[in-house]
Amino acid sequence: MTEEPRPYTLVAELTYRCPLRCVYCSNPRDFARHGDALGTDDWLRVFREAEALGVVQLNLTGGEPLLRDDLEPLVEGARTLDLYTNLITSGVPLTRERLARLKAAGLDNVQVSIQDVTAAGSERIAGHRSFERKLEVARWVKALGLPLTVNVVLHRENLDHVAEVIALAESLAADRLELANTQYLGWALANRRMLLPTREQLDAARDVAREARRRLRGRMEVLFVTPDYYTDLPKACMDGWGRRFLVVTPDGLVLPCHAAHTLPGLSFDNARERPLAEIWQHSAGFQAFRGEAWMPEPCRSCERRTLDFGGCRCQAYHLTGDATATDPACSLAPAHALIEAARAQAQAPSTEVIYRTARAADGV
Amino acid sequence: MSEPRTLTADSRPVVAAKARLRWDARSSRHLLLYPERGLILNPTAADVIQLCTGAHTVADIVDRLAAKYAPQPRETVEREVLTFLVNMADRGLIREHDD
Ligand code: SF4
Ligand code: SF4
Repeated sequence: MTEEPRPYTLVAELTYRCPLRCVYCSNPRDFARHGDALGTDDWLRVFREAEALGVVQLNLTGGEPLLRDDLEPLVEGARTLDLYTNLITSGVPLTRERLARLKAAGLDNVQVSIQDVTAAGSERIAGHRSFERKLEVARWVKALGLPLTVNVVLHRENLDHVAEVIALAESLAADRLELANTQYLGWALANRRMLLPTREQLDAARDVAREARRRLRGRMEVLFVTPDYYTDLPKACMDGWGRRFLVVTPDGLVLPCHAAHTLPGLSFDNARERPLAEIWQHSAGFQAFRGEAWMPEPCRSCERRTLDFGGCRCQAYHLTGDATATDPACSLAPAHALIEAARAQAQAPSTEVIYRTARAADGV
Repeated sequence: MSEPRTLTADSRPVVAAKARLRWDARSSRHLLLYPERGLILNPTAADVIQLCTGAHTVADIVDRLAAKYAPQPRETVEREVLTFLVNMADRGLIREHDD
């Protein structure tokens, strides 16, 4: 791999605050310890520096990015830089007037997350009554002429509803539907016994999605992200460490992936203290897993290493305790038995729910 | 919504609302950006996309490109333009302009 790393996408985690309490939230378990330290001017500078480095896509996310009252100037600044700006939201704190202002500021796309196809199913996952509100927000998005992405995180309690999910997205005239199976890190790992589906569920849902993709081609993009727990191959996490993505946390840490700061022993820099270009090129945390020098066997001599980059570092650490281990999702990994054991557990699931909460700063 | 895969010489393609063209100084190419993705366009593809405003028919677009890339035969240009447009329509990145 000789290609120069270039960040194409900046994931701006504007705040970890959120009114919802999703059981699979991808924010770190200790999110409450990280305040919103970056102000409007800090973020605008981060956008400028990111664009100068090659970034063309900006994801405004969180937590719930709408909880920042400077979202309008941030969108406007991003548009001035010609960044493609995607607002990733639960929709809950939005008003139609504010959405119109965000559109006027230059917003390109709105991604609304939906938990399930019923109010009760959604509330069980989000720990919050928000289903009707989300549908209303999705309708405003289209009514104002903005493109709409509907994002649904899949797991054992909603995988059997994928056909209804697709019908719902069609009725909302979504431009894109992301059916993304849960990634078992952070809160989702804590809830794995409740969330991990069976292989049968997954195969059936994938067939439904495939058929819908064919039928809706050119009208609605249907994306189905398979969980690596059932593929026996790891995913090319973030398209490779420090190759394409920059993540900036609410307190200014610059990361190659949103969970990188949960790995011990890596040092990351803060956007308030060092120029982004320097961080991208030289930060120890970014260098740690770039290229192939860090790889153990069997990755080091495996043909797929240029395709999957050895898989997910965070998954390797949170399952094996060693961030340099081969991703256990890979059938060749020494620790693959951990994945097989989790699959076996899916036959005897738990219904116990651990909601995202500011108090549980223990564990991963 | 019009069925996008029936492009004919009289269709007037328009770039979809979710897609936006921008110049990329680093690669000296145009990029067509859309949610979570982007396509790096070669100069011919960028010419085509810039004409997808809803004002030009496919036949117009082919004429203009054939003139620009002469002496390439019109049939060759037509085939390339159509293949590209159908591919873009399948991805939902262009649609037919509805009056
Ligand atoms: S996953 Fe749920 S709780 Fe976490 S930020 Fe998104 S909406 Fe909020
Ligand atoms: S051995 Fe390593 S490089 Fe090969 S498929 Fe498994 S994770 Fe990927």
